[in-house]
Amino acid sequence: MLEIGIGHYLTLAAILFTLGIFGIFLNRKNVITILMSIELILLSVNINLVSFSVFLQDLAGQIFAMLVLTVAAAEAAIGLAIIVVYFRNRGNIAVEDANLMKG
Amino acid sequence: MLYGLCIFSPLVGAAIAGLLGRILGAKGSQVITCGTMTLSLLFALIIFKLVALENTPQTVQLFSWIISGSFQVDWALRFDTLTAVMLVVVTGVSTLVHYYSIGYMHHDPHNPRFFSYLSLFTFFMLMLVTSDNFLQLFFGWEGVGLASYLLIGFWYKKPSANSAAIKAFLVNRVGDFGFALGIMGVFLVYGTLSFDAVFDATPGKAGAMIEFLGGQYHAITVLCLLLFIGAMGKSAQLGLHTWLPDAMEGPTPVSALIHAATMVTAGVFMVARLSPMFEYSETALAVVTVVGASTAFFAATVGLCQNDIKRVIAYSTCSQLGYMFFACGVSAYAAGIFHLFTHAFFKALLFLGAGSVIHAMSDEQDMRKMGGIWRQIKTTYIMMWIGSLALAGVPLFSGFYSKDIVLEASYAAQTGVGNYAFILGMAAALMTAFYSWRLLIMTFHGESRADEKTLAHVHESPKIMTVPLGFLALGAVFAGWLGFDLFVGSGMKSFWGEAIFVLDSHTALKEAHGVPLWVKIGPVVMGGIGIALAYWFYMFNPKIPAALAQRFSHLYRFLLNKWYFDELYDRVLVQPSKNLGKSLWKDGDGTLIDGLGPDGIAGAIRYLAQRASALQSGYIFHYAFAMLIGVAILVSLYLFGIGH
Amino acid sequence: MITAFVFYLFAAIVIASAVMVISAKNPVHSVLFLILAFFNAAGLFVLIGAEFIAMILVVVYVGAVAVLFLFVVMMLDIGFARLREGFMQYIPLGGLVGLILLVELVMVGGSWVLSPAIEKGRIFPTPPIDQSTNTHAIGNILYTDYIYLFQGAGLVLLVAMIGAIVLTLRTRDGVKKQNISQQLSRSPEDSVELRDVETGSGV
Repeated sequence: MLEIGIGHYLTLAAILFTLGIFGIFLNRKNVITILMSIELILLSVNINLVSFSVFLQDLAGQIFAMLVLTVAAAEAAIGLAIIVVYFRNRGNIAVEDANLMKG
Repeated sequence: MLYGLCIFSPLVGAAIAGLLGRILGAKGSQVITCGTMTLSLLFALIIFKLVALENTPQTVQLFSWIISGSFQVDWALRFDTLTAVMLVVVTGVSTLVHYYSIGYMHHDPHNPRFFSYLSLFTFFMLMLVTSDNFLQLFFGWEGVGLASYLLIGFWYKKPSANSAAIKAFLVNRVGDFGFALGIMGVFLVYGTLSFDAVFDATPGKAGAMIEFLGGQYHAITVLCLLLFIGAMGKSAQLGLHTWLPDAMEGPTPVSALIHAATMVTAGVFMVARLSPMFEYSETALAVVTVVGASTAFFAATVGLCQNDIKRVIAYSTCSQLGYMFFACGVSAYAAGIFHLFTHAFFKALLFLGAGSVIHAMSDEQDMRKMGGIWRQIKTTYIMMWIGSLALAGVPLFSGFYSKDIVLEASYAAQTGVGNYAFILGMAAALMTAFYSWRLLIMTFHGESRADEKTLAHVHESPKIMTVPLGFLALGAVFAGWLGFDLFVGSGMKSFWGEAIFVLDSHTALKEAHGVPLWVKIGPVVMGGIGIALAYWFYMFNPKIPAALAQRFSHLYRFLLNKWYFDELYDRVLVQPSKNLGKSLWKDGDGTLIDGLGPDGIAGAIRYLAQRASALQSGYIFHYAFAMLIGVAILVSLYLFGIGH
Repeated sequence: MITAFVFYLFAAIVIASAVMVISAKNPVHSVLFLILAFFNAAGLFVLIGAEFIAMILVVVYVGAVAVLFLFVVMMLDIGFARLREGFMQYIPLGGLVGLILLVELVMVGGSWVLSPAIEKGRIFPTPPIDQSTNTHAIGNILYTDYIYLFQGAGLVLLVAMIGAIVLTLRTRDGVKKQNISQQLSRSPEDSVELRDVETGSGV
């Protein structure tokens, strides 16, 4: 228990991942919070990558964590830009109103 | 060559007028069809002289039609006296009707079509009377049915004309079904359809039996009865007569040509043509007699109460056809054909005269709205008189000769059915005279009951209509006098040759000349009484008919509604089949087949598609949910499912 | 001992702030808790010796992404109250899916074993700490073996930047701007007109 192993980190990552998913369900109307939940999920992935990298003594994992970070940053930038444009056109960002693609 | 031209020139006329009618226009198609018809008439007269008077029967082989194993049918034109008589009747009346139609149809925009149909009909009729085998007979038979259908429904914008055309076609189908069965039966029994072969073989088959559903039946009787059903349909005999009055929806020249003079007599012609077969079946002859006599009586009673001028004449036609049939039934085929011959003239005359009246009265057909117009249309009036005199059998007019010989023959037959036919025929003769004069008086005499606008327009028909009437009137006056000797008199044997076959034991026609005096003058007396009654009822004492109708209102309504035949058929046949069809349509086809088939599948797909498209809500979070739930399922599968 | 304590502290804060991120009523709070979560995650990374990633996490996430979030949230006038309507509606479904995933992940986490072959399968073994620092070691491979991926990541960021600018760039109507090229290309002919004006009448 006191010896902190990879299991602890993986459990933490799992909890974080679950919380991210839960957040998406919970804040289904709020795109910004959904984006934040996605960041949480990506963070949990990063924790996984880094912890494996450290405990397996392989640096490649950390490189991938950086790549994930990059993509996360790009995604956040684009996502937020879309939100801004959407807000400009519609006056709000309620996901419920964005159903023009309805079948 | 001569023979072929006679038959095929109407077809040429019909084809030209029908196919090129738009180019030729009304005038051109009239000229073409009338020209070809006149040509045909000329040839027919020559043929009559060659074949009937000089007694040289001919058979012209055209070409083979069907060769299938032992089943062989040729196209061949058979010319004997019977055919020649029919040729003259058909081409004569047809030619006159063609000319008459030029005047009658002059305001109609579809002249080429009309004349094309008329000529087409004539061709089929000629085909029918010249047929050399059963199948060719059937070809002509169906062809005239088709032409009749087309012409009854000529004014196709009128719903009543359309339904009348369909009715005529359907009722004829019933008869044709019997006819077709008869033809198949003939092939079954004889192994050939050629008239000559069949007639030659008939004496040998007199005792043959047909086995059907375990029973044994006399072959020739069965065949004759089946064929006679076809004749009943075409000739509107009792039971299958309902189409004929309705067929009056067609233009009047059509009624005159098809539904009085020619097509409806095809049944009589067929019985006469098949006399070598009918002669060997007493039962069939008795049935023919009874049906004919009953029709003669029935149609005459109905004719008493009809108010539509054309319907009166239509029922009269029906009645006269009955006379022809019972003449055939007592083996007096020659008398039947003789009556057919004279009837064609005076009935066509009556119809065309009625057409002239209708033309004068601005298309009014109800006799209750006519009257008092004889001064304005004297020619027509005289023509109608001549026609009625002939129809009623007044001496020296053609109807007198033929009707008398028919009734005398039925008396001379000295059989039960013969007497039955004689009594009913006498009664019908009285009624015939009565309704003929009722028609004359209601139409031409008394106070006019038409409105002023119509009265102001009353005018004599043009020459092109009255001249054919004149020719027919000549026929109505002299045909009987001229033909008596040849058809049924002393020249009978040499005239008919082998065209008509009568067993020696059937002596009705020979005996007919030796019947008691009261039988000879009976029809004339009956006619006189009928005429007198009509005068008394309608001319001098017009209250009587109404009072009688009141007094015997049940009988009156019974007659007015034509013995409720239409209602009966409607109740017994039409409604059940309609209901059956409707239930098959609604339940069988609609609910069951469509429900499970096209509609069901389409409905199921639409339902599924709707459900599937409901999945596409357009909300991002729904897609996100789907994705995440999918992830959860995939992970679960990986952990617990596959590979473990 | 101290390591365990620090891990539990950081981990607890990460989880607590993650919970707050998804449940805070005010998105501004959510963003701030997100920053807190990242900080603590960075602390955890430091704890296991991945200092470079930890720093990057702080710089990129806290310095750029989270600030971007904050910026957008505060800039846009959003009726957040409306966005929270039906907040509880999907708790059962979300909870179920989350729980299933959590259970499964923990099951995996609790039952894993390292393959003996993994020692040989290392791609880039971490050098001992006395030979090279974490940052140095990562630099060594990032700029050599992973140069293409590194450049690719840079391109992704470039594209993201261009995309974000294109999306949000807006030309406003009715704003007077100086168009220098137009000014310079003017000529006297099309801008000056000389007229003789008679005395006593206007142009």
